[in-house]
This record gives sequence, C-alpha cells and structure tokens, in this order.
Amino acid sequence: MSSQPPSRSRRDFIRHSLATVPALGLFGGAMIAPGRVSAAARQAYAPRYFNADEWAFVQAAVDRLIPADDTGPGALELGVAEFIDRQMDDAYGRGELWYMQGPFVPDAPATLGYQLRFTPRELYRAGIKAVEQWCRQQHNKGFAALAPEVRDQVLQQLEHGSISLEGVPAAAFFGQLLQNTKEGYFADPMYGGNRDMGSWKMIGFPGARADFADWIEQPGKVYPFGPVSIRGDKA
Amino acid sequence: MKRMKPVDAVIVGFGWTGAMMGLELAEAGLEVLALERGDYRDTSPDFSYPQIADELAYGIRGKLFQPLARETVTIRHAVNETAVPYRQYGSFLLGNNVGGAGTHWNGQHYRPSPEDLELHTHITQRYGAKFMPADMQIQDYGLSYDELEPFLEKFEYVCGTSGRAGNLGGQVQIGGNPFEGPRQHEYPNPPVADTYGAKLFADAARAVGFHPFPQPSSNASRPYTNPYGVRLGPCNLCGYCERFGCFMYSKASPQTTILPVLMRKPNFALRTNSHVLKVNLDSTGKRATGVTYVDAQGQQVEQPAELVIVAAFQMHNVRLLLLSGIGKPYDPASGSGVIGRNYAYQMMSGISVFFDKDVAINPFIAAGSGGTEIVDDFNSDHFDHGPHGFVGGGYIFGGQTGGRPIQQLMVPPGTPAWGAKWKQAARDSYLHTATVGTHGSVMAYRDRYLDLDPTYKDAFGQPLLRITFDWHDNEYKMTRFLSDRAQQIVDQMKPRQSSLTIRQPGDHYDIRQYQTTHTTGGVITGADPATSALNRYLQSWDVPNVFVTGASAFPQNIGYNPTGLIGGLTYWAAKAIRENYLKNPGPLVQA
Repeated sequence: MSSQPPSRSRRDFIRHSLATVPALGLFGGAMIAPGRVSAAARQAYAPRYFNADEWAFVQAAVDRLIPADDTGPGALELGVAEFIDRQMDDAYGRGELWYMQGPFVPDAPATLGYQLRFTPRELYRAGIKAVEQWCRQQHNKGFAALAPEVRDQVLQQLEHGSISLEGVPAAAFFGQLLQNTKEGYFADPMYGGNRDMGSWKMIGFPGARADFADWIEQPGKVYPFGPVSIRGDKA
Repeated sequence: MKRMKPVDAVIVGFGWTGAMMGLELAEAGLEVLALERGDYRDTSPDFSYPQIADELAYGIRGKLFQPLARETVTIRHAVNETAVPYRQYGSFLLGNNVGGAGTHWNGQHYRPSPEDLELHTHITQRYGAKFMPADMQIQDYGLSYDELEPFLEKFEYVCGTSGRAGNLGGQVQIGGNPFEGPRQHEYPNPPVADTYGAKLFADAARAVGFHPFPQPSSNASRPYTNPYGVRLGPCNLCGYCERFGCFMYSKASPQTTILPVLMRKPNFALRTNSHVLKVNLDSTGKRATGVTYVDAQGQQVEQPAELVIVAAFQMHNVRLLLLSGIGKPYDPASGSGVIGRNYAYQMMSGISVFFDKDVAINPFIAAGSGGTEIVDDFNSDHFDHGPHGFVGGGYIFGGQTGGRPIQQLMVPPGTPAWGAKWKQAARDSYLHTATVGTHGSVMAYRDRYLDLDPTYKDAFGQPLLRITFDWHDNEYKMTRFLSDRAQQIVDQMKPRQSSLTIRQPGDHYDIRQYQTTHTTGGVITGADPATSALNRYLQSWDVPNVFVTGASAFPQNIGYNPTGLIGGLTYWAAKAIRENYLKNPGPLVQA
C-alpha cells in the first residue's frame, strides 16, 4: 500500500475519537448538509499516473457517476478522482494482484471472468483514449467538455456496451470505472477519496468504530454516533 | 539440491488442519516440521485495530488472500471446453500465510447431519437407487456420525464455539437445532445475542411454522479458555469478520486457539516462505520419502520425513497429489481414477429485505456468524424429498455479517447502478436493509472434477489446477425449493420490498460473483480404493505414509459450512495415527 495509517493503540484511538464526537440526529448524518470542498483544494492534487486529458476525463466521469446534489456529496468533491489516480500508481493499478499470464482469451464466456490483457491502469489509458476519440467523432468535443446530460448518455452507452470502442470492450472499461468510483466514494479517507467521511455521514455508516458490544442488546435502536476514520478523524 | 535433516513428520500447509495435526503429532512425541508457503501472521500486529478496519485493503483488494499473480486455478464449464484462468477474485477466496483461510473465515461452525456421512446408503434405502440421476456420483464417507461425534466436539471446544444444543444424547432441546445429530455435551459457550435483522427473521420463521435457532458460531460470546489453556475474548460485533483477521481474539483461528501452545513445543518447527513442489516417493511409488520445496531465496530443498501430512487448502491438496503422482488421476470419460474425483461446490441464494425508515437494522453491528438465526428444516434429509425430486438441501439464514458499504450496500431492484437515483437509494436503504439467504449442498457428478491444466503455469513453472464445473438440474431444484421457503419467511417479515437473487436453470456457474469458499472433493474418503483416494482415516490407499486433511476429503458437498466437519475428521485421523499408525506404520485399512 502506498499509505499506511499511523500505529496507535486502540485505547488511545477510542479516547481520542469519542471525546469530541457529537451525538447526531436520526440516522447518522443524513440531516447534515453535504460539505463542499473548494475547487482550489481539489486542484492542489497533481495526478501521478493520468496525463492532463485523462485527468479531465476521470474527473468529468466520476462527477456524473455519483453527482453532487441535495441527497449528499458527489464523487468529485469527495476526491474520488484522486483516489483512482493513486490506485493506478499502486500494486493494484499495475495489475500485480491479478494473474496476468497468457494466453489471453478475451472472447471467453463472460461468466468465466476478466480475461483481458489490460492491467487496470492500461485499461484506463486505452479506454479513455477510445472514449475521447468516439466523443470527438460523435459530438465534436472531448468528454469533459460535454454537457452533463450528454456525458450521462455516453456513460449509459458504455455501460450497456451499445457503442463500439476502438480496441477496448466498452462495458469492461465502464465496469472498472464504476467499481473504482464506488471504492473511492466509500473507502477510508486515507486513500484520498471519501473526504471528511462524506459518504459515511450520508448513509450512516460509522466507519472504523468497529465496537458494538453495547448495541447488540438494543436491537432496532438507531445508532447515534457519527463515523471515525482509521487515522482517528471523526465527524 | 540442498537436503535437510530428516524429521518424523512434515506438514504441508499451516492453516487449520496443519495446526491441529502439528499439535497432535508433537504431543505424541514426534519431531514435527510444518512448511507454509506464506508469511507468519498473528493477531498482533497483523490484525490489530484500527488498521484492520479497512474495507478496501482487506475486503476488496484481499490483503489476506493467496496472491493470484503467483498461482491461481483455471476454470471451464464442461469437459469439451478450454479452461481460462481465475484472474481476479470472485467466486471463492483462497487463503495464504500462517492460519490460511482459518484467519479470514466467518466462524460458522456446523456439524454434518448423520445421514450426510452415509448419503449414498441413506438415499438408496429411503428413496431407492433410481431417485439419483444416472450421472450423480454420491458416496459414503466410510465412517459414521457416532464415530465422529467426539472429534466434532473436540474441535468445538478448541474453538470455543457459541451455540445452543438442539439434541443432547437423543433428547431434543428447546431453542437449539431440533434436526441435528445427538451431541454428548452442550456447546462450550452460549449463543451470541441476535442482531435485529436476525430477530425479525426468527420471529417470522416461527410464525410460519419453522424452527429457528442461533447459528453455531466460533465467535466467542464470552471470555473463554480452551482445553489447551488458550484464551479467547468476547466478540464485539465489529462488522469486519469474513475477509479480515480478528483484532478481538474472538474468532477462532489457528492463531487464537492452537498456535500459542504449539509454537512453544521444542519438537515442533515452522518454516515459512516454503512452497512445496511435490511429495517425493521411493522407487516403488508406494512410500513417501518426504517433500521438495522452494525456499524464500528460490533454492530447491529436499526435506526427508517418515510421515507426510498434506494439509493445504482443498484445491492445493488435489494439485499436490497430481503433481506428485500419488493415486490414479480421475478420468471423466471412463469414471475411473480417484485424484480429482467428485469436485463439488455449494449453491447459494440471497434475499435483500428492504424496510421503511422506522426500522433500524444497523447492518454494521454484526459478527461473522454470531447473532445470525438459522432454519435447518430443509437441510440434509430433514424432510421427505420424495415429492420434490432432488437430493440434498441447505439452511436458511437471517442476519448480516457487516455493513461495509463498498461490498455490502444494497439498493432496491430497479435502481440504476449509478447516478443521482442510485445515490438516493443507497442513502435511503443502507440502515434499513436486512439479509436472508440460503446455503445449499451440491452433489458429485461424473463430469465435475479437477485435473492439471495443459496450458497455464504458476510462478514456479508448475501446471495450475483445472476445475471443470457447472450446475446440474438437481441443484437448480434444490435452490428453488429452499428459496421459496426463505421467501415465505421474508414475506412474513412484512418488508416494504424484497429482492431475490437465485441461480435458475440455464444459468452457468459465474465465477465473478462471490458464492462460497466451500469447495470440496478431489481426494475423497471411502471404503473402496477404486472410488476413493483415502481410507476412513484420511490415509492414502496408494501411499500409506501420506495423510490428506481438509475438505478435499468430502465425497460430495454438504449444506453446511465445512470447517466443523474438517476439524472433526482431522482429530479423528490424528487419533488413528497416534494410537495405531505410529505403533505399526502401514495401511490402517486393508484394501
């Protein structure tokens, strides 16, 4: 892993995190207005793997996959694009967690699982290039420059494999992008996404609390505490 | 090649059964060496809080699993197809490192039903031989429940299993599983209290006339000291169980039950980063002389031993026997041969149960197995199969193992997979969704088996194991029958909405979806060397100083989680080795 949480004893951690946790209202943070991260803070991150065009695509895509609205924070403001970029620069992104020896049989039945030669970072590179090419042919603009509704249409077409991309199965690329987007949205904030535990507050997941012995005897009662992160942040 | 000092016994793989055998043989006074291909792992520091509460690292990227980049398996649906590699985790999760899958299981700790061990005989007697399809290849284990009972109990007491007996010495007990085989003693610990989802399930199951009981769970419900003097702590329902190590010393694993004693034995040694390539045989092919392994720096090492215990995960056991030339490989065309025979799996279904916002399920308050309720009315032969036309069954469960949002967040059917509508459904459903599921058996068939892949290799250049598997009609019928009864319970729970995921006729085995890690068979027990690789003491018919532990010994799969039976069989075999084999090394059963 490229980042490790600081080592800390459990007791210190709990004391630290409980001390200032406010008792929240019904269902965690559902009533709290979603936080907004300034564009300046977002731009402070310089991508390690994606080039400028790819970075624009990833930001524009995650912004539509989980958009910001009154329900809760969107993927872009929670740092999901940063999360994906950091994952690309990790063992996972380099395909080191997968069996990647040939021969490859990309047309094997879908039920037999992923059979492409692309590592995750290669799939992004090839997929983004092909989508950009398709968008310029169809819409005379790059993906990031399209209106939000048009971006949604393109993503739907990718999802259902209804457009044919050059050299990349559209649905496979979309599946990878959506999976990583949800990972970045819900993973611990130390990986760069889920800033300020925004998604956890929205759904009512208490994150790394991991201690509910007192609550098993109170079935059906709403759990009142907000989330904590592995590094001890609380919300 | 480097040659090491001979030992009395060498154990291949240091998970559950390697640890059990290690202590049993060390107690018997043998010089014992265990070889583990992974690293040393212990509760502290490897599973400690808070870094273990990391869904991405453990639950999604699989930090505790076998690195597939180095070794995987290949899979195809039928004998005439070309298998392709299992490149990413999906259907099952292979273990790695000390403790193996015993560190990242959930702790569901079941016994088989008595008839599960004599299934062929039982089905033939009750329903007639024609009740089984012609290509179904089910067999008896060659030992009975009554013989195995003390060893099933021994493993429960080592693990500190939490549960409530349903049958003590033939007397049915209120609140336990009324369908279970008789047990001599109560569980060592009382059940973990029900989560809210489990409580709603149990009330509904009772209302429709079924017999719910708390799931037997090796998540300790209270502080417990096991017979070895090792102490477990009470489970705190942290919600990070399966796929994670336990930071509370609550989930039974080799680390929390056996290793603190075993690692101090002067006549026991463990070598990690030692990947066994094969079991070596003498010129007759009838006697093992030890094993050859690759050490951390890549050097091949010969380890001589008088006794070889093959104690890796089910698939690895089958592969090692094939690579070593022990036993005749199974041939699906003729139905002859034994190694790779009767590979089986399990058939699952699931129902997401969506409640309104006034019902707080709090899915993150969860143990891996404690706090879940079970209906066992339709498992094994607990009911008359005659009108239903299938063999086997399973249990229905209600409760949750966690609310980790990347993997476990559910949205109602019809919700888009992304976008504003998905987000709203995720927010509105998360705290109010319970889980009900079914966990069913899979029988053995002539065309479902394991062998060596002709094309793909591991990091050491050895062929991968090839799985040939797909569903049969018997299992589609079983899962429909079980799921209909699960739906009956769910309807009684009166949710706002529910959504069933079921495998239907025509659906192929889909390796992208996690189902269970309960793969079985390939080196099975039995009474006849023509149809089994091992005798009733898990001893190779062909090479009597080789014993093979684990679910590879199951002749077909059961409707329960396998670990309880695996532990019972291992202690049963260990006793036979200690009391009979060591006095007179040779076959414990004459072929």
